[in-house]
Amino acid sequence: MKKYVATRIITMFGVLMITLLITIALVGSNMDTILKQGIVFQVRSEITENPSIAESFSSVEEFEGFIQTQINQRIQILGLDEPWYSPQRIGVTMYKIILLDFGHATFLTSDEGSSDVKDILFEKLPRTVLLFTTATIIISIIGIFLGAFSSSKVGSGIDRITSSFAIISSSFPVWWIGMLMIFLFAFTWQVFPPRATPDIPSSDPEYIGSLLYHMALPLITIVMIGFGSWAYLVRNFMVGIMQEDFIIAKKTIGITQKKIIYTHALKNAAPPIVTILALSLSGSLGGAIITEAVFDWPGMGRLYFEAITVMDLPVIIGATYLLTVFFLISIFIADLLYGYFDPRVRTDN
Amino acid sequence: MGIAGIVILLTLGIVSIIAIIAIPIETFQEWNNPSNWIENPKVAIPIWINIFLSEKIPEHKILNEPNIKKITSEEIELISHQFGLNFDYVDFPNDFIYEFSSEYSGNPLLQMSVIRPDGVKLNLLTTALPYSNEKTVHSERIFSTEQAIKKNLSLQSENFEFEFKRLSAEDIVFSKTHVNEPLKGDYIFLIDLYGINSENRIYESKLIVGGKAFGIMGTDELRRDLAIGLLWGTPLALFIGLAVSIASVVAGLLYGVYAGYKGKKTDEVMMRFNDVIYALPALPFLIILSVTISNSIFVMVGFLMVFGWVGIAKVSRSMSLQIKTRGYVDAANMMGQKDSKIILKHIVPQLLPYAFASIAISVPAAITTEAGLSFLGLGDPTFPTWGQILHDANTFGAAARGMWWWIMPPGVMIAITGLAFVFIGNALDAIINPKLKR
Repeated sequence: MKKYVATRIITMFGVLMITLLITIALVGSNMDTILKQGIVFQVRSEITENPSIAESFSSVEEFEGFIQTQINQRIQILGLDEPWYSPQRIGVTMYKIILLDFGHATFLTSDEGSSDVKDILFEKLPRTVLLFTTATIIISIIGIFLGAFSSSKVGSGIDRITSSFAIISSSFPVWWIGMLMIFLFAFTWQVFPPRATPDIPSSDPEYIGSLLYHMALPLITIVMIGFGSWAYLVRNFMVGIMQEDFIIAKKTIGITQKKIIYTHALKNAAPPIVTILALSLSGSLGGAIITEAVFDWPGMGRLYFEAITVMDLPVIIGATYLLTVFFLISIFIADLLYGYFDPRVRTDN
Repeated sequence: MGIAGIVILLTLGIVSIIAIIAIPIETFQEWNNPSNWIENPKVAIPIWINIFLSEKIPEHKILNEPNIKKITSEEIELISHQFGLNFDYVDFPNDFIYEFSSEYSGNPLLQMSVIRPDGVKLNLLTTALPYSNEKTVHSERIFSTEQAIKKNLSLQSENFEFEFKRLSAEDIVFSKTHVNEPLKGDYIFLIDLYGINSENRIYESKLIVGGKAFGIMGTDELRRDLAIGLLWGTPLALFIGLAVSIASVVAGLLYGVYAGYKGKKTDEVMMRFNDVIYALPALPFLIILSVTISNSIFVMVGFLMVFGWVGIAKVSRSMSLQIKTRGYVDAANMMGQKDSKIILKHIVPQLLPYAFASIAISVPAAITTEAGLSFLGLGDPTFPTWGQILHDANTFGAAARGMWWWIMPPGVMIAITGLAFVFIGNALDAIINPKLKR
């Protein structure tokens, strides 16, 4: 068991590092170009603001040479003279990442104005948890019970409605339903606000109420689109289990259908359900980039999108790190739980 | 259900063929070129909405087949283009535009006037075309907003019993004489070209009466005909969906089967690599890739495949682990058949039903992911996909402005296409896993 956990942790660490390396490889060169352009711009604007520097040179070449040395100096200070793939720079970046030091964001800031990547991440994460993790929990609860219920009445009206709803809802993009919901409930009938960000400061006592009110529309949308496929999955697991011999045996003994479903069958369907639950909980932490864009929800997804559009490498790395870690941990936990619920998959060596 | 899926898919296929044949490829390449759409109205509602309304919304009309008359008297020659227009709405039109090209020499005189249903003839504009010694071609658009038209109308204000002050030209031309309300009936627009040379002519003569309803699907803020965008979106979506899903299922299948069949170290290494790809956050990476590398639709298909094959590889690996223990595989092995032959001849055929079901099931995901990327504004700007139409709708605030015809159809198309494949996939799934059917 110890050996198993140890190998798993080492593999997970390796996967995490490779993920981050790929991220750096993809963003690094663009990021360098942007930073260098920024330096050139900065130097030139400093000189135009301060005319006395320009006056102290006799020839144009001398002046241009001065600007160039200034630019080169700053590039060297920031370590940009070496390409992003030089072992030294990647080494330093990776070392800092291992020490959980993500550094400072290049362009983005948190709402309070801090440019520390950690501050930014921990400002956005709770908001995403509030919306998406809540939604995932609601979805899974509705899904499990609806799925169990419709599996007890295979072929009935409710079963058919659940199944077809699941199939239909899974082919709609959530963000498009979001647009429709905004169109219907924010503009046509003005029940909910169209933007999901509360417009009062967070120190206000009414802030929480306002936040919940603004959260309602995205929450309803996500739950509406999500629970169908959950119910369908649970139903399919359950239908499979209900045909097993031990359930039929219990039926013949005379245990009530209700008891069989909610205790014996559901317990046996637990392993796959728990796996999916763990994965979707960790998946929910990343928010949904597009859904957050539609509802203007200031969470992880929007942060990611903003960071990518301005090529803010430290923020991208920080967010990728966080999400990958959550994801790997949840796979690991799901595997352990699987073994706990279903002793057959346990390996002793 | 599977039959319903196939029927929808066939319909979509027919729509794609119609789109490719009926709409010239140039039109959709001009999708982002505003000058191509200048004749269309801004944010016009679909035309069929008038069926349900008692008070009809004015339709946008492009009249391009005038009655042409030629009168020659002594030296002066008159070319007259007449446009008949039946106006039957409770609202004034948005504007009217006369667009023409003329071939002439000298200094001909262009006169534009309208004969209204009540018999009043209004002179709209008298203008001389630029002087030219030789034969020349002159193209022009005359807008109803032109000052000269307004001035001419105010000279004829004795016909009307209300003040003109703030009214625009179309509000006067199409108005009843005693109150400022639209006058229904047949209008005739006359365009007369007086010249001395007998070889003058007008061609490409078009009268556009701006309305608030246009086409089967309406238009967007940039005057684009949404019907064309939606039609062209169909083959694009089918291409993206099928290319991504077929390629990733084939790749995943072969990868998984090979790893499972080889076992041991090979399996271990291949599965760890699989784990790495599996752990990559897909959508953020897709965004990074499309921002940094390219947002061409073909490159995008490749990127989607990179993230598509992982799950299939896992499942087909575990399936091939089971299959390779069967006797006939052992037998083939002992006969000394090559690995590649065993995999392709003995293991892969066993997985084909599963492969077909996965292809069908993974199509909607590919389509929605591409639509999502386009919605974020990262799509290929040269191809009008449904996601891009929705992106434009979002940037121009279609929801806030109540423009349902801009938001609804693209999403419905995405959903219907997805639904077709889900139906087919589920039907196949039920055949593979008979347990679920019961």
